[in-house]
Amino acid sequence: MDNFYLYLSDELKNEIELELNRLKEESNSKAVFLLDKNGQIISNSKNTDEYDKDSLGALIAGNVAATGGLAKLLGEKEFSILFHEGENEHIHINLIDKKFILVVIFDESTSLGLVRLRVKKTIANLLKLINKMKENNKSENLEDIFSDINEEDIEKLFKGEK
Amino acid sequence: MSFINYSTKEINCKIVYYGPGLCGKTTNLQYIYQKTDPKMRGKMISLATEVERTLFFDFMPLKLGTIKGFKLRFHLYTVPGQIFYDASRKLILKGADGVVFVADSQVDRMDANLDSFDNLRDNLQEHGYDLDTIPLVLQYNKRDLPNIVPVSELEKALNYRNVPSFEAVAIKGIGVFDTLKAIVKEIIFKLKK
Repeated sequence: MDNFYLYLSDELKNEIELELNRLKEESNSKAVFLLDKNGQIISNSKNTDEYDKDSLGALIAGNVAATGGLAKLLGEKEFSILFHEGENEHIHINLIDKKFILVVIFDESTSLGLVRLRVKKTIANLLKLINKMKENNKSENLEDIFSDINEEDIEKLFKGEK
Repeated sequence: MSFINYSTKEINCKIVYYGPGLCGKTTNLQYIYQKTDPKMRGKMISLATEVERTLFFDFMPLKLGTIKGFKLRFHLYTVPGQIFYDASRKLILKGADGVVFVADSQVDRMDANLDSFDNLRDNLQEHGYDLDTIPLVLQYNKRDLPNIVPVSELEKALNYRNVPSFEAVAIKGIGVFDTLKAIVKEIIFKLKK
């Protein structure tokens, strides 16, 4: 299984967070998230405590995957933008580099046009950071965490589960 | 693909429950959900049809404490078992770190088990994974029903890799946590290598 891991260092996490917060402010939106294509939340802007992030990630990833399947059926490479319009809140979803998903949640205090414009700028900046993240992945420092794990450690994880 | 976040000290892994229609994949997740401390798990999402058959997937996030200072978080997914939903199954399998194959022990479901197992192999291959190497655990479910295939026969048919396998009655919770524990173990030991 190639490319089994994805690392995120402190420094990169801060830089990504900065970008997401900037997007949130400049587009006047409610919340911004960066996910990987499997729905794991990589980073998010401020004021996201009210959201159930795990559920949000899984459903958006499912959404993007299903739309990607549709694209293939039609002979398209992908549908890079998805937009869901609700009565009060809307979700703008953008695929980045085929591996990451940028999610913006906004309401009537801004417009789709402004969100789209700001998202474009953010994606250009995020792409640079994503490339840095890929570079980091090449360094093999995982050994340190897992090298001396034994069965007992794993048994301990399940104490109190049943 | 595991996601390791050094700044929040988190390791995220994806486990997929695979198997033929009505074999008990969703039941496994429901039991885990019921028996896990609410602090340890998030909401369970089921995208199901009106008659409660899985349409797209079930999803449940599970926190499992820490290992070497890293918080372990698992995302559990099921696939829809019905043959019709193969496109969806393929999508959900993407990025899986480990697979639990749930087989239905009933004699008349043996063909469905074998078809689903072949389908798992094909769909893994499409994502560049290999059934021969991916962390895998087998669960022989519905052991309480009459007319079931002996475990030795299920082993012969499915367990060519000699991976951990468990007898289960998922609806009563028998074997459910043993299966989960085993796949977690397989995934962590794979990360170790």
